[in-house]
Formats: sequence, structure tokens, C-alpha cells
Amino acid sequence: MANDAVAEQERMRRFRDAALPHLDEVYTLARYLMRNTNDAEDAVQECYLRALRHFDSYRGPAMKPWLLAILRNVCNTEFARRSRREVLTDYAQDELVTEEMPMWQEPQASPEKMMLQQQDSATIRRLVEELPEPFREAIVLREMNDLSYKEIAEVAGVPVGTVMSRLARARAMLRSAWNTTETATARPGSAAASGIAL
Amino acid sequence: MNCAEFEVLLHALIDGELDAGHAREVEAHVASCSACAEKLTSFRAMREAMSGAALKEVAPAHLRNQVEALLTPPTARVVSMRSFFKPTRRSFFGGFAVGSALSAAVAASLVLTVIRGDQEQAVADGIVSAHIRSLQAGHLMDVATSDQHTVKPWFNGRVDVAPPVIDLTAESFTLLGGRLDYIDNEPVAAIVYQRRKHVINLFVAQRLGGKHAGTVAESIQGYNVRHWSLGGLDFWVVSDLVGDELDEFVQKIAGALRPSSTS
Repeated sequence: MANDAVAEQERMRRFRDAALPHLDEVYTLARYLMRNTNDAEDAVQECYLRALRHFDSYRGPAMKPWLLAILRNVCNTEFARRSRREVLTDYAQDELVTEEMPMWQEPQASPEKMMLQQQDSATIRRLVEELPEPFREAIVLREMNDLSYKEIAEVAGVPVGTVMSRLARARAMLRSAWNTTETATARPGSAAASGIAL
Repeated sequence: MNCAEFEVLLHALIDGELDAGHAREVEAHVASCSACAEKLTSFRAMREAMSGAALKEVAPAHLRNQVEALLTPPTARVVSMRSFFKPTRRSFFGGFAVGSALSAAVAASLVLTVIRGDQEQAVADGIVSAHIRSLQAGHLMDVATSDQHTVKPWFNGRVDVAPPVIDLTAESFTLLGGRLDYIDNEPVAAIVYQRRKHVINLFVAQRLGGKHAGTVAESIQGYNVRHWSLGGLDFWVVSDLVGDELDEFVQKIAGALRPSSTS
């Protein structure tokens, strides 16, 4: 009996050591998927509980993509519960969107128009949050969570080719929104004035 | 390859995901196609802008604490047992040469205590497991309705008790429905409430752990658990709701159950 308790404590300690360092990463993905703080926090807690329950059967991949995949499933479950239509991954719809919308939406831009406007962090966050799924998830896993294409494919449960086309679409949409969004008015002397120099 | 196909590969080039052969192919195309060259420059600039911006989140301290609590073994009991045994030992054995008869007696009482604790613990763990199970998709409710007069009769013939189903909507505890659950292989009525995003499972059965005079409060695997007995029934409440609010829930339920306060 005492041995069981000791073994359980040891299991929890191993899980904590392996999983807790990725809390910020998990929370980052949760924030971008759920798009509000409370839902993100609930999703993170549920993610760690599920991960702990399945830790015995964990054989890889690396801990970070494994946790992110669980987090994504938690969010998907929540969205499915709220509305059958809001599920993150809908392959058929994904392909439809890809076919319907041209890769490059903007009218042929002049060279100076191709330059990227300066945007502050808050605006970039908002633009990413406004991307539709599954493109938002792809770009967050790439840019914020620093996953490789192969890892993104594992997390999203799609082939690497799909990851590539989703990322291309995501960046095309993001760039389009980026340059049509008013640059945040730079308040002199404030921190917000420090945009991104290109 | 046309420009649309190259555009997908541009991103793989930016992300350093292309093998040398494909990278050379894309670079050769970009060298001869100004449109693609512009795109490459533009997307590179965007990627750099994003990596320079503060786009990553830092988990708030309270969330880190909550997650750490979830990942802390249910030591509450172990600690309390230890603190119970240690002073006992000292007060019993302090200054005495311990005879084998005495140690045998103490050992026997130890075993008894441990076994009782384990049975109680098995129920408590079963309660928490049932709660976690219920949170998985589609497991929360067998009968989903906020109408107490639908939930209560649903349990007829399914469990050997008539669990009280109380409408606490006015107290902002929403009745979600009811479920038949099994704890220690016994059918147990589970009545499901919700406050904000937090699900509360109220388990009711005739025998579910020991009878207690008051309300026993504990925390298991990060969940708050309350247990009390009333009118020959055992009540267990589990939720990730904060302790204070769960206590409020227990008070409302217990208050509504007392005959004197029946409205």
C-alpha cells in the first residue's frame, strides 16, 4: 500500500518534471485557440489532467508536441460540445476553402505595396487570432510554439503536405490582413511606439 | 512547377524545411521570377517581424499554481496520518523500552487504521475518477435537463435511493441533469450542476464511505471534494470550483435538504 503511494508520487514527479516546463507553450496555444483567458486556463488544466492520466502510455513524440496535441484535442472537444459546426479540423471544408480561394488574394501589388507595414505586437496577436481554423492553429504551432512541419503534422493529425499548404494559406491571409490594417497610431514616448523596424 | 506551387515551397524555404535539392530549385525560380522574389522578401519580413514581436504567452501565476496542485499527489491524507502517528509514537514510546507485546498491539491498531483509511480513500478516489470520467465528451449526463422534476423521476428503478434534486438556478448553480454512475461497483446517482465553466458532480447513495457528523473537506488530484451524511444518505460533491464556492454549494444543498427549511 505504501509502495503504491510511493510509486504514484514518483510517477507524478516524473510527469511534473517532464510536462511543467512546457506550461507557457501549452498556455500560448490555448490562448490562440480558445481566444479568451478563462477558456484557455480551463483547457490547460484539462490538458495536464489528461496528459497525467495517459502518461503511462506515453512513448513519444517529444513532450512538447505530445502536450500540444492533447491541448488541441481538449479545445476541439470543447468546441464540438458548443457547436458541431465549430470543430477545428474539418478536412473536407479545408480542401474546399483551399480550392475556392486563390492563394494570393491581393490585387497585383506594386513593389512598395509589397513592403510590410509596421505592426505592434498587440495588433499582430489580434490578426493571428482572427485567422480561421485550421490556418490559425498551423501558424501558431509554427511561429509561437516553434514546431517543425513534422511535429505540426503530428499535432494536427494531417500529412506534412497539408501542413505546408495550410501554412502558405495562413501566411497569405495574415499578410493580407496585416497590410490592410491601420498601423497602430504611435503614441509619442509610449512603449506602443516601438513598432517593428523592417 | 508553376508559381502557385512554388509559393507553398517558399514558406518551406523560409522555415528551413526544404532539403538542399528543393531549396536550390526554389532559389533558381525566385531568381528568374520577380513576383515570387517579392513574395519571398515580404514573407521573410513578416516572419522576422513575428519572431521579433511578443506573441508568446506566459501562463499567469495562479494558473501555474493550479496546474502544480493538479500534479501534486494527494498527500493530504498521508500528511495527516503521519502527523497523527508521529506524536502518538512519541507519547507512547517516549522514555520506554518497547516490549514486543506492546509493539504488536500498536502494529495491529495501525493496520486497522490503515485499512479503514484505505476503504474511505478507495471511495474518495472512486468519486474523483467518476467526476473526471464524467467530464469526458458525452459522459456527463444520461438525462440532460435543467428541470428538477424530470431528473428526479429518471432515477426511479435505476438506483435504490430517491436522490433529492434541488433547483439552485437562483443561486447561479445551474442544474444540468442526472447520470447513473458506478463507484465501488455500486450504482450511484450523480446529479450534475454547473457554475460558470465548472462542473459539479453531486453523488448520492446509501452507503458511500463512512458516516460523518459534519462535512469532510479535502482536495484530491486538484479537485475539491466535500462529503457529508444526512438522513441515511451519503453525499459527495466534487468539482474544480474553488473551495469557498463549493462550500456555498454544499450549504445550499444541505440547507434545502433539512426538513425545517423546506419551502
